Amino acid sequence: METLERIRTRLEAAVAGAELEVVANGAVAAQGSLRVDAAHAVAVARFLRDDAQLQLDYCSNVTGVDWLDRVVRTTVRTRRVIDGLERELEQTTEHTVPGYLEAVYHLYSVALRHGPLVLRQRTADRADGARVASLTPVWRSAEFQEREVYDLFGVVFEGHPDLRRILMWDEFRDHPMRKDYVEPDDYEYEPTPHDEVLAKARRHYAGAGGDRA
Amino acid sequence: MRAQAGDLEMRGAFAAEPHGGGGRSAGSDAGWGAGAGHEWVRPAEPVGRLEGEWLEVAMGPHHPSTHGVFRMNVALEGERIRKLKPVFGYLHRNHEKIAEGTTYLGSMPYTDRLDYFCSLTNNWAYALAVETLAGLGVPERAEYLRVITGELTRLLNHACLVGFLLHDMGTMGTPLMYAFREREKILDLFEALTGARMMCNYLRFGGCRVDVPAGWLAGAQRVVDEFPRFLDEFENLLTTNEIVLARSQGVGVLSGALAVNAGITGPMLRASGVNYDLRKVDRYGIYDRFNFRVPLGEHGDVYDRYMVRILEMRESVKILAQALKDLPPGPILDPKSKLRGFRPRAGEAYGRIEAPKGELGFYLISDGSVRPYRYRVRPPSLINLTVLEELCLGHTVADAVIVLGSVDIVLGEVDR
Repeated sequence: METLERIRTRLEAAVAGAELEVVANGAVAAQGSLRVDAAHAVAVARFLRDDAQLQLDYCSNVTGVDWLDRVVRTTVRTRRVIDGLERELEQTTEHTVPGYLEAVYHLYSVALRHGPLVLRQRTADRADGARVASLTPVWRSAEFQEREVYDLFGVVFEGHPDLRRILMWDEFRDHPMRKDYVEPDDYEYEPTPHDEVLAKARRHYAGAGGDRA
Repeated sequence: MRAQAGDLEMRGAFAAEPHGGGGRSAGSDAGWGAGAGHEWVRPAEPVGRLEGEWLEVAMGPHHPSTHGVFRMNVALEGERIRKLKPVFGYLHRNHEKIAEGTTYLGSMPYTDRLDYFCSLTNNWAYALAVETLAGLGVPERAEYLRVITGELTRLLNHACLVGFLLHDMGTMGTPLMYAFREREKILDLFEALTGARMMCNYLRFGGCRVDVPAGWLAGAQRVVDEFPRFLDEFENLLTTNEIVLARSQGVGVLSGALAVNAGITGPMLRASGVNYDLRKVDRYGIYDRFNFRVPLGEHGDVYDRYMVRILEMRESVKILAQALKDLPPGPILDPKSKLRGFRPRAGEAYGRIEAPKGELGFYLISDGSVRPYRYRVRPPSLINLTVLEELCLGHTVADAVIVLGSVDIVLGEVDR
């Protein structure tokens, strides 16, 4: 497979306005990845799937990653003349990098037997802005996996045909795979469908003149 | 549904008789509500439905044909399936969250519980991902032991799957018991090697946990030598069986293009004619040393999925014979590998193997600590269910049962 830099250059020519970034990987495997902005993600995905040299027709793995807010310390060394002597001073500044969520796609080519190409989408923040573009229209295999990321991480996939919870129950409120998730004290506290069933039963028997429920 | 609606009217007619219907006491009548001379009052919602309407049925979660706690919400028109929505999560225990709270090695026994039929291939996928992440090597003897245990796992998984599939077709257990007889022999081997029959916890990062005990290889050789006889017996009973052919041919047809797009892997993908076996594509471990072929289906129906699995077992027997013959002496664990206090360099890796059910992958992100920052299992069982609705539409309920059986799922892996 071509290098990520080359793919990026070709993508920028093919998809106008796409913001792409090659993300390095520090592990021994050094599987680098390509970050794409949500607005152009579908167009980029279609290019990757349909391009004759890449033919990434198989999206193997889709998952989410939660990155919390983190504090970055940067140390700047400056030279200054103090009392007639030139001295080196260290100045440490702290700033907070806001957290975000990521959707990660591992793409392979069945036709050409190469891969993986790792595609990432990043959300604006971890609250209302936790939205990315759904790639289910391009690769059907993302359907259940994007639902799972929505369920467990709370990433909203815009354009997904059927975005519902998949592993947790529908009435569940939180997203358990987030790093700051706190387990509820009592699982029974979560609303269950039983109340609806009881209300329905009450209506039913009221119509029949009885008060069994 | 017609009959049921008529039945209700009949009951109404009986109830209108002055003598009262079949011994009902006056006390029970009060419960139904006393409406103008009639005992029985039609409920607010119609119970029976007219012909041409759809009936919604929940197949599962507690039904043997769903292979565990799995539910399919189907909309039926007569007996034809018009809609099907799978419902997951009954066995969800958030394996990934638990793994992110423990050390790398601490998750190894937990991977046994994903697909509890194939604990050794689960171990292998996880070990491969960690070895990719940390750049660990595996000694040659350990690679051979991985292939031997992995292919034995494939044999027992496919044999049992064919048994379950036939059970779903209504053979009431006979082929399943034949398969379980073979599985017992393989489980005895696993027990002698790892100490556990199903939850083996055998692999370590950079090798295996223990070497084979005395006489184990001869025992494995005997099982492998006898296995083709079992396959012949199985095939004599099933491959040209009239009922099997009638039930499985042309049912649940999956095209190759859709299979690739929907991420279907394993025997199900190859039954649709797509030549993609990770043992050939990635050549992980030492699979490039063995002489074996990749069986492919032509029609992508339930019968092809059955046949691909039978042929894959024959190929696995070939691999096992070669591996048992060539097994070299030597160490079984990379001396550089560290089991306690193992801290891979910050970064990420994705490792995948050809598990019996399809592509089993692990995606790991390390932040340099003893615990993985992100631990993700790519479950083949779940993703192979993506097209379940397409495969079942237009077929009957009984066909949906065998289509699900031919997908080969284990709910421990689907729900994780």
